[in-house]
Amino acid sequence: MLDILSEVLLFGLAAALALPVGRYLARVYGNEPTWLDPVLVPLERAFYRLAGLSPTAPMRWPRYVGALLGINAVWLLWALVVLLLQDHLPFGNPDHIPAMTPSQALHTAVSFLTSTNAQHYAGETGAAYFTQLVVFTFLQFVSAGTSLAAGLAVVRALGREDKTGNVGNFYQDLVRSCVRVLLPLCLVFSVLFVVGGVPMTWEGAAQHTTLEGAASTVARGPVAAMLAIKELGSNGGGFFGPNDAHPFENPTFFTFALHHLAVLLLPMAFIVMLGYYLRRPRFAALLFAVMTAGLLLLAAPAVWLEQRGTPALTALGLYPAAGGTQLEGKEVRFGVVPTASYAALNMAIPAGTIAGAQDSYVPLAQVPFMLLMQIDAFFGGVGTGFLNMFIYVVIAAFIASLMVGRSPELLGKKVEAPEMQAATLVAVAQPVVVLASAALAAWVWASTPQADTTLKWLGNPGAHGFSAMLYELISAASGNGSGFGSLGSNTTFWNLLPCLAMLSGRFVPLIGALLIAAGLLTKTAVPPSAGAIRLDSATFGVLLLVVIGILGALLFFPALTLGPLAEFFGGR
Amino acid sequence: MQFLRLVRLSGLLLLLFGGAFPGLIWAVAQLMPARAAGSPLTVGGRVVGFRYIGQKFSQARYFQGRPSAVDYNAAATGASNLSATSPVLLAQVKARLDTFLLQNPGVRAADVPIELLTASGSGLDPDLSPQGALVQVARVAQARRIPVAQLQDLVRQQTTGPWLGFVGPTHVNVLALNLALDQLAARR
Repeated sequence: MLDILSEVLLFGLAAALALPVGRYLARVYGNEPTWLDPVLVPLERAFYRLAGLSPTAPMRWPRYVGALLGINAVWLLWALVVLLLQDHLPFGNPDHIPAMTPSQALHTAVSFLTSTNAQHYAGETGAAYFTQLVVFTFLQFVSAGTSLAAGLAVVRALGREDKTGNVGNFYQDLVRSCVRVLLPLCLVFSVLFVVGGVPMTWEGAAQHTTLEGAASTVARGPVAAMLAIKELGSNGGGFFGPNDAHPFENPTFFTFALHHLAVLLLPMAFIVMLGYYLRRPRFAALLFAVMTAGLLLLAAPAVWLEQRGTPALTALGLYPAAGGTQLEGKEVRFGVVPTASYAALNMAIPAGTIAGAQDSYVPLAQVPFMLLMQIDAFFGGVGTGFLNMFIYVVIAAFIASLMVGRSPELLGKKVEAPEMQAATLVAVAQPVVVLASAALAAWVWASTPQADTTLKWLGNPGAHGFSAMLYELISAASGNGSGFGSLGSNTTFWNLLPCLAMLSGRFVPLIGALLIAAGLLTKTAVPPSAGAIRLDSATFGVLLLVVIGILGALLFFPALTLGPLAEFFGGR
Repeated sequence: MQFLRLVRLSGLLLLLFGGAFPGLIWAVAQLMPARAAGSPLTVGGRVVGFRYIGQKFSQARYFQGRPSAVDYNAAATGASNLSATSPVLLAQVKARLDTFLLQNPGVRAADVPIELLTASGSGLDPDLSPQGALVQVARVAQARRIPVAQLQDLVRQQTTGPWLGFVGPTHVNVLALNLALDQLAARR
């Protein structure tokens, strides 16, 4: 009971923090003065000057997207080079970690570029300190900056009317997001993590003798610098393999609370920012309410199911504990209920920094987990969560208008065929890529003779194995990056297959939303007519939830019956 | 030409976020050198472990921590990744229960908390619930020839949480408990 109360309080605290941070974001993006300007504005200007870029040059949407993709290509190349050559570094590799194989390097580079942060290596054995900083931490910052920039461009286009189709300047949006939003927030959280006991050292793994006289090697490193952006940027790439379960990433409940706040803060603040920026506080409040409701509707059953546990373990009649028996894969200092709640938050927000082994949850809890990931709009990632929600809003507004017999409109602008085609394409693209990839993987597994001994992907048999593959792909497409540890994912097949899902899951909604917003931007706003559906009404909120339920959830039910549901019924 | 500008911008961002930012955090962390190094625990100037990193204890004279899927290897961590419905997991839990009851005569299954039978997420869980330590007191008391009541007090002293009085679980750090136990035994 107290466990649930503390989780609710943490959620509330994050929402309370999101108000001033959202206001700050609106000021930064709205060119209004803030109290951090004396330090950060000169830094921002220095970037434009040294790079030789004009931050105010107008861009139509194709140029905006071109600039975004161009700089992403540069980052991808940089990441690939370092990952393939990390064993040749003259410094920054005290533990002599070898280079990655080409397929693993490609997977890792795409994964961090797309803010997915799926890790088919374990940090303590697969990445040099240098790599952790100049590839992973760097990409976590700039990919989060890219997400914020794209989200901002859509918000900006919604609030304006511009016949030339100028959606803003990508470089300004990127640099501003990185330097004036992510940098100060990450500094604060990083210092708090150090205070909470997260190590920050360049020294290699520590050797010592245990109390019982055995030799022990303890991996450590510059961990604190990576934690803040991993959560605040909805990235999720941990320094160590077990991510937030590892005591050095999450030593106490204090740091666990910090992780909660950091992961929720910016996705929440983005919605607050939108309310101030567009001067539509009621619309922002509606989005916030719908996101909260959707998150609760799916998170609550997951936590309840997890606390109930499995019949087999309950039947042992052990010492009764408030959290139940589901401690396999979880840590005592967090407990069952907070770990499960935190997992649900990390499904809704695609950081994917889980604090317990995803495999070991009760099978039915995987259903809400996978749905939260797939929907990816109940807060969702920094910036990108809003993009996904925007697609759902366009579709819901279209349906609502047709239901009351009006021509479809959104915030006073007419929604026409090109916008609807783009929205539908985006809404369908992700399920198609995920389900087709999962089908391919299942077919390869099923058609390989003695797959258990030749392919060796699946650590758990039967339906759970299918869940592991499905989860990996939904996680890739939604930019989540968490995975079932039982999936032997560091193989050429599993390094290559999710790349398509990661790239399409990242760039299709981003480009689609921008295209729609740019279409609306050039249209003349008409005053709302009597009887039209108001986007900030409760009716629309309910309709939006229903549309998300149908689009995001029902498409996946056939696949879910083969995985978690089959495991649940088979395991009885 | 535009491409070169992109490379230049990327280089600047790299300098700030891959270099200056971690450097700054490192500099701040040096104000708390013990925490920055991972909070090592020392006995007589010698590092015997890290406060938050669980350590393997298998002797009867020490309180034992949770089972670990990686045998407490702090250089290659991980969980068992077994499904909750896995027959392998159930068999492991039952075998661990049998072993525990054998090593702790007089203890019934209804006294054993689940964390003593399940592997943690990191494989390095440093903690037990208070019951997880209390259920081992009789065994440790016998091995060390220390009165049971004194060990029960020791466990209570080492129990921490909930944080702020209501947030998070109550737990006992096994390494800290065993260090205190060694000190207690040395004083006698």
